[in-house]
Amino acid sequence: MSTLQTNGTLLEVEDLRVAFAAGGREVRAVDGVSYKVDAGSTLAIIGESGSGKTVGCRAIMGLLPAGTAISGSARLRGTELIGLSDAALRKHRGSDMAMVFQDPARSLNPTMRVGAQITEAIRTHRKVSKSEAHAQAVELLRLVRIPAADRRFYEYPHQLSGGMRQRVVIAMALACRPKLLIADEATTALDVTTQAQIMELLLELQQELDMALIFISHDLGLAASYADEVVVMYAGKIVEQAPAKRLFGAGGTVKMRYTRALLDAIPHLERPAHTELPVVSGRPPDPTMLPPGCSFAPRCPSAADDCRTTAPGLIEHAQSHRWACWHPCENGGAA
Amino acid sequence: MTQAPEGRPPWDAGGSEQKKPLLSVRDLVQEFVVRQAGGTRGGVVQAVSGVSFDIMPGETLGIVGETGSGKSTLARAVLQAPRPKSGSVRFREMELTRLSGSALIAARRHMQFVWQDPFGSLDPKWQVRSIVEEPLAAHRAGDRNTRRKRVDELLDLVGLDPARYAKRHPRELSGGQAQRVAIARAVALEPSLLICDEAVSSLDVLIQAQVLNLFERLRRELGLSYLFIAHDLALVKQVSDRVGVMYLGKFCEVGPGELVYKQPLHPYTKALLDSIPSTEPGAARATATLTGEPPSPISPPSGCRFRTRCPRAQDVCASEVPQPRELGPGHLVACHFPLSQPAPAGTGPAVVPQATTQATAKAQG
Repeated sequence: MSTLQTNGTLLEVEDLRVAFAAGGREVRAVDGVSYKVDAGSTLAIIGESGSGKTVGCRAIMGLLPAGTAISGSARLRGTELIGLSDAALRKHRGSDMAMVFQDPARSLNPTMRVGAQITEAIRTHRKVSKSEAHAQAVELLRLVRIPAADRRFYEYPHQLSGGMRQRVVIAMALACRPKLLIADEATTALDVTTQAQIMELLLELQQELDMALIFISHDLGLAASYADEVVVMYAGKIVEQAPAKRLFGAGGTVKMRYTRALLDAIPHLERPAHTELPVVSGRPPDPTMLPPGCSFAPRCPSAADDCRTTAPGLIEHAQSHRWACWHPCENGGAA
Repeated sequence: MTQAPEGRPPWDAGGSEQKKPLLSVRDLVQEFVVRQAGGTRGGVVQAVSGVSFDIMPGETLGIVGETGSGKSTLARAVLQAPRPKSGSVRFREMELTRLSGSALIAARRHMQFVWQDPFGSLDPKWQVRSIVEEPLAAHRAGDRNTRRKRVDELLDLVGLDPARYAKRHPRELSGGQAQRVAIARAVALEPSLLICDEAVSSLDVLIQAQVLNLFERLRRELGLSYLFIAHDLALVKQVSDRVGVMYLGKFCEVGPGELVYKQPLHPYTKALLDSIPSTEPGAARATATLTGEPPSPISPPSGCRFRTRCPRAQDVCASEVPQPRELGPGHLVACHFPLSQPAPAGTGPAVVPQATTQATAKAQG
């Protein structure tokens, strides 16, 4: 099917909406999200807890509980994923796309040797003999740079460190060489040195396997260092979307006040100790009672009357740079 | 290159001899016996191995290190929960290791803790008001009415409206609000030292900034001292006067925050700093991130504990434990070949600088 695809777009998400019923009220966790991921590229989805970044990706993977209202479209190499039956989705999950989660300990079965778990992942998707699967599993452990892969094959998850466990989880996700890997806060629980190792590993694997990568994070620093394209989400909507090079660094042109606030709130090494961090007050809105205008208006320092009445749409104001704001920052808004 | 002057403890805050430290920790050792199946002795985890430091009144000491470096064990040993194996902890002129019972409880009144998970440290069945009031009641601070008033003041201090939040239960709070309640409870008895163990690590970045600003305000208004433990280096720099870097139960470097971050002397500190993702796209990507993982604290390497991952390691690093040396004002490092000197000849290939791997090239390109 890949021969049909000529424009290099691997995943195309259009107007994705996900709604839950919570206590008799409708929660619009994802509210009209659209983006594209090119083959072999890296997209970062950034936002606070509850902004809908994880739910959106789980909807694409078909990992949300039954009874969740999902609409819109997500096409992977031209195949529509939304609305597919469980059985049909299972064929894509693992082979075309795979997901890695935050806590590697919870993604692994504590009573099974890690090698057996990888072998299981291989044999679920491919008709191969046990010995062939074993060989492939050891190969995968080597691929994720686990030293002494032959020996590690027979170890249990509790015998591995957090970084090693996350490598095993990545090895399982790569069992069928997916074209798209979604990493959901995959490095958040790890130490800063291990985080750097895992991110480097993901980027190297991406090159080797020509794989697209979506990583979900709350850390804009990570997005700046590793992503090609950045999507910033707030209260279920995309509020800013641009190539990383355009947003960050010298001459960065952040337009959305929320993105600016996220950037400013990160403690920097350059900032002298004991200085006040610039903060926005309040917290994200209750998803069952979103304000009528811009969702960020109640916390926004430059909110005006129009912000509180009419929600701004996500519009491509400049070349490949979209933002949803009536009063965007000038000159990137840097203090 | 001067040795620490005679009579002055090696990890002392430089240039503050006239003031007495609030907390003075010397040669603190904490070990745990690991049992194997059947209860046989499997080994001894050397969690903290001879750590010394001082905290002056109103000063913040930050401690950074990887998981398993002994940061939290150190904090708990200071609190005497559990008691350290050996060493001395002097707090407000009292030797905590010799105190017990009510005397220890009375001393702890001035030393409070804020933990990582706010929900884990708040009783889910209690109202916010009772949670904050509990330490006041336990130490019999005033009658009921004065305590009520004090609770309102405390909630106000941490930025929670008492009228709205006093009657809520922890489950009705967000993570940031719950952490504020935990902080209100911690400062209720006007402690002189607040020990924060990854206190903001579980919070979203905007809420984290709010809580950090709150810590900063409490420091100014109440003159609090902090022992601030976190794995995030930039975070620690933001709040600390001095920073200590821990590796496998030992300090490898201690000094004024600016100095440690601008001119790190220990190769481990440098490696940690290089691992931080920058907000410059690709620009400050690590050229040499640390490879491998820390060795087991059950059998730490001989000599310098960092030598197995160190790019500058020599034979002497395996045979001799590097002693802390003061190489700048108040800036101490425990390393045979600190970064202020040129690299020793024949530097081992323990860490190969990953000069622009394919992936790096892509991210930069």
